[in-house]
Amino acid sequence: MANLKGKNLISITDYTKQEYIQILDLAAEFEKNPKQPILSDKVVASIFFEPSTRTRLSFESAANMLGARVIGFSNPSATSLQKGESLHDTIQMVSSYSDLIVMRHPRDGASRYASEVASVPVINAGDGANQHPTQCMLDLYSIRKTQGTLDNLQITMVGDLKYGRTVHSLVQAMCNFNATFHFVSPVELQMPSSVKMHIQKMGLKYYEYTNLEDIVPFSDIIYMTRIQRERFSDPLEYEKVKDCYILDAATLQGCKPTMKVLHPLPRVNEIAMDVDKTPYAYYFQQARNGVYVRQALMAAILGVK
Amino acid sequence: MSDKNKRELVVSAIENGTVIDHIPAGEVYKVVKILSLDMYEDEVLIGTNLSSKKYGKKGIIKVKNKFFEENDVNKIALIAPNATLIVIKDYEVVEKRKLEIPSTIKQIVKCINPNCITNIEDNIETNFTVVDKDPLKLQCHYCEKTMTNIRFNE
Repeated sequence: MANLKGKNLISITDYTKQEYIQILDLAAEFEKNPKQPILSDKVVASIFFEPSTRTRLSFESAANMLGARVIGFSNPSATSLQKGESLHDTIQMVSSYSDLIVMRHPRDGASRYASEVASVPVINAGDGANQHPTQCMLDLYSIRKTQGTLDNLQITMVGDLKYGRTVHSLVQAMCNFNATFHFVSPVELQMPSSVKMHIQKMGLKYYEYTNLEDIVPFSDIIYMTRIQRERFSDPLEYEKVKDCYILDAATLQGCKPTMKVLHPLPRVNEIAMDVDKTPYAYYFQQARNGVYVRQALMAAILGVK
Repeated sequence: MSDKNKRELVVSAIENGTVIDHIPAGEVYKVVKILSLDMYEDEVLIGTNLSSKKYGKKGIIKVKNKFFEENDVNKIALIAPNATLIVIKDYEVVEKRKLEIPSTIKQIVKCINPNCITNIEDNIETNFTVVDKDPLKLQCHYCEKTMTNIRFNE
């Protein structure tokens, strides 16, 4: 088993396939017994340079359930950054107060830089449009839990595949497990060619569609994403595509009985409320799984598991 | 005078300094600019559209009393990866090497992504991995974006 003590998690490619699996196995243990005071002598710094209530609460809840003390901030306007302090100095200061840093930042690459400045390990909780590796790990956990395996699955991704960092990371990770990918999006929001080239390089297959119904019966996972208004410079373009994929219970008729619908949340209207009551809805459990995965990461990186 | 002698004259008639040979003809002035040779106060000879057996047309730059640091050599390699660097001391060639694009490039290149932390915070040294040499493709170590248009730091 790999020793993850002191290892940063900045990008999904920082960990090997075996290391992901190790974290997923550990997360499964925490799911059975989430409240254990194994980090009671540790201080976790949760520093959020931009608001992200969902991710922050998930990390802080994970740390608290393990007995760690949590310090930090959720709003940079209340910190010395407003006084012009550099990221370098903030990170140095925070690392002298804590055993582990969980960091969210609006700029791409900020977490990698912080990990080079900090004297304690850093977990990236999202850096701009770049990486959000713990989201990817909780997606992997949810897929393995619902399908019983990560290998040889038919993964359908729907919506904004161009800008959605969660889908890019998930493709990268699932390429380790012989997945076949199905991409459903408007032409304007198709999966970037760099991601498609990566799939080809790995000797795997992907298919592109504009119609969601065609692929529902063959999918093991349908990963829905929100089409974000802020991605469009032309509001008319946004209006044209915003409602193009709405998954409702009727669309799911004929799907595999084990199929699950995932979504990184928050959803707007891309998953109709009537899906919530079907056995296929898994997005709320998926969010809950994030706590176990983050517990596993913190425990492994702090060297207590 | 034979062609060979003429060519040798062009390359070696320098007491101390550096000759950058086999620059693609179209890139000569780019090399001049990135090395700030337009501001250099000693002798600089610039030749372009010279005939070359290997490349058809080539460029050459001779810089008197100048020996380039590795960062500058890497800049040349990014623009003219097939160039040859010749170091001359007392009219003798003391070093001759074909340039190669290094596998990582630090400090000299600017990330193309305006939201990259290296373009926001001061004093972060840029760092790129060369993912492809032909055509040149770099990946930022920080924001992980790949780029094919190279911009140098001022």
